[in-house]
Amino acid sequence: MIDLEKLDLVKEKAREIRVDVVKQIYFAGSGHPGGSLSAADILATLYFHEMDVDPAEPEKKGRDKFILSKGHACPVLYAALAERGYFPKDELWKLRKLGAMLQGHPSKKTTPGVEMSTGSLGQGFSVAVGMALASRLDGGGRVYALLGDGELEEGLVWEAAMSAGHYRLDNLCVILDWNGLQIDGKNEDVMTVSPVDEKFRSFGFNVLPADGHDIPELINAFEKARACKGKPTAIIAKTVKGKGVSFMENDAGWHGKAPSLDEAGRALSELGGEL
Amino acid sequence: MADKMATRQAYGEFLVEKGKTKKNLIVMDADLSKSTMTAAFSKAFPDRFFNMGIAEQNLMGSAAGLAASGYVVCASTFAMFASGRAFEIIRNSIGYTKANVKICATHAGISVGEDGASHQTFEDIALMRTIPGMTVLNPSDGNSAKILLEQAIEADGPFYIRLGRAAVPLAYAQDAGLKIGKAHCLREGGDCAIIATGIMVDEALKAAEILAGEGISARVIDMHTIKPLDGEAVEKAARETKGIVTAEEHSVIGGLGSAVAEHVALNCPVKMRFVGQNDVYGESGKPDELLKKYNMAADDIVKAVKSLL
Repeated sequence: MIDLEKLDLVKEKAREIRVDVVKQIYFAGSGHPGGSLSAADILATLYFHEMDVDPAEPEKKGRDKFILSKGHACPVLYAALAERGYFPKDELWKLRKLGAMLQGHPSKKTTPGVEMSTGSLGQGFSVAVGMALASRLDGGGRVYALLGDGELEEGLVWEAAMSAGHYRLDNLCVILDWNGLQIDGKNEDVMTVSPVDEKFRSFGFNVLPADGHDIPELINAFEKARACKGKPTAIIAKTVKGKGVSFMENDAGWHGKAPSLDEAGRALSELGGEL
Repeated sequence: MADKMATRQAYGEFLVEKGKTKKNLIVMDADLSKSTMTAAFSKAFPDRFFNMGIAEQNLMGSAAGLAASGYVVCASTFAMFASGRAFEIIRNSIGYTKANVKICATHAGISVGEDGASHQTFEDIALMRTIPGMTVLNPSDGNSAKILLEQAIEADGPFYIRLGRAAVPLAYAQDAGLKIGKAHCLREGGDCAIIATGIMVDEALKAAEILAGEGISARVIDMHTIKPLDGEAVEKAARETKGIVTAEEHSVIGGLGSAVAEHVALNCPVKMRFVGQNDVYGESGKPDELLKKYNMAADDIVKAVKSLL
C-alpha cells in the first residue's frame, strides 16, 4: 500500500527538483536540462521513498547506493541530494563554476552523497555491478543505477549487463531513462537500441516497464525489484525529455543547452518556482 | 631458491599467501586466470574471486565499484588489454576516484614472445604514468615483485603493476630491502649509469659485466618504480657518472626513458641514450630472439653506453 502523505511529499520533491534543475543550469550558463528533467520523478522516488540513506552519515555502512551512470544529468542528482539535506542548496547555484563543489559531471571526491564519479557513459553501470558484488559479500544495501537510452549504445553497458546477469545480482536495480532522444536526435535515427526489454531479458534481467513520471508506478516497480530473487532488475521507465517545461519537452535541442533569462523565467513559472 | 621465476608466477604465489590474512582482498580477472596466475587464488578463496569474462572495460569498472565499497582489488589481465582497451575506464573510474585498485597486468612487453605484435604492449607505462595519482611499478624479478606487491596492497590508491610472462633470473633475496619509489642500485659504477626496469634489469647486469671486461665501470640501477620516479637516484647518477642509459621493454616514447629524461632536463642535464622498442610493432619469436632483433639485449645496452663515453 502506498502511503498517500508520502506520495504527496515525493511529488512535491519532484517539482522542487525540477525547479532546482532549471535554476542550476541557468546560473551555470551550461548543462543538460533535457535528461535532468526526464529523470526528476525517478530521483525523487529513489531519494524520498525507496532508498535507505542517511544524509547525516553519507558513508553509513549498509546504505543503499545510487549511481548516476548518465552523469551529464547531474543537476537532477545535485538537486535531489540538496533537497535531501546532503549539502546546502546554496551550492546548487555555483554548479560548474571554478572551485565549486558541484562539478560539470559528478565527482565523488568533492560531493557528499555522490557514490561514484561518472560522466563517461557506461562506466556507472559497471561500477554499480562491482558495488552490488561487494554488497552481497558484506551484507550491504541495494544498488541503483540510472542509465540513459543513448547510453545503451556503449559496449561497456552490455559487458556490465552480462556480468550482472551472470552473477545473479538481485540487489542491483538498473533504471533506464527512456526518453527516446540523444544529442543528434532520436535514438532510432542515430543508432537503433530497441528492443531494450528483450535485450535485458536475454542478459538475465527481470524487466519491468514503468511510466517514469508516474510515481506510484515507480514505487511499485521498485518494490517488485526488491522482491525478485536471483536476477537483477531493469526498470524501463518511459519518460519525456525536458518533462515539466513545455518548450523543452521532446526536443533534442534541449539536451545540453542552458535557458536564457527569459526562458528560465518561463520554465520556472510553469514549474511554480522563481529565480 | 629457484634460479628463475616469472614475475607473474610470483604474483600468483603472493596472492594465495596474502589472501590468508588480508580478508578484504578481492581478485578479479578477465578469462586469463591460468596465464595471469590468479587461478590459484580463485581456488583458495572462491568467494573473493570474480571472473568477469573477456570484458576488460567491465573488469576495471566493477573493480572500481568493489574498491569504492572498501575492498582492495587486484584486477588482472594482459597488459595490452588492461592498459590499452580499458584505459579510459582506468582513468575515469579508478584514477579520478583514487580507487584502491591494483591493476596487475601480465604479459607486458616483447617477452610475451610467440603471441606476436597484437599482444606485445610497449605503450602501457606511457599511458599509465599520465594518470594523476597512479603509481607505476615494473618489478625485475620474482622476489622483488613479491616485496613490491606487498607494499602496493597495503598502500592506498591506484597502482599499475607491470608483470612479465617469461621466467627471469632472481636478482634479489626474499627479504631484500626494497621500497616503492626508491630505486635500487644493483651494481656500483662510475663511468656511466644504466637505469633499467623490469626484465631489462637482467640485461643491464649482463651489459655491465661485458663492459667491466673492457674496463668500463657501469652502475646498474633497478628503477622498479617508474612513478613516482626516484629523482634523487637519477640526479646522483647524472652527477657521478658521464651519462645515463635507460633500458626498458617498452617504447622509447613515453616510458622509463622519457620519465628519466624529463627529470634530467629539469634538474641535471646529462647525456642520455634510450634502449627500448624503437617505435615499431613486434612480431612472433622467442623472447631472447626478439630482444636481440629489436635492439633490447645486453649487447645493445653495451653499444649505447659506449656511444655515450
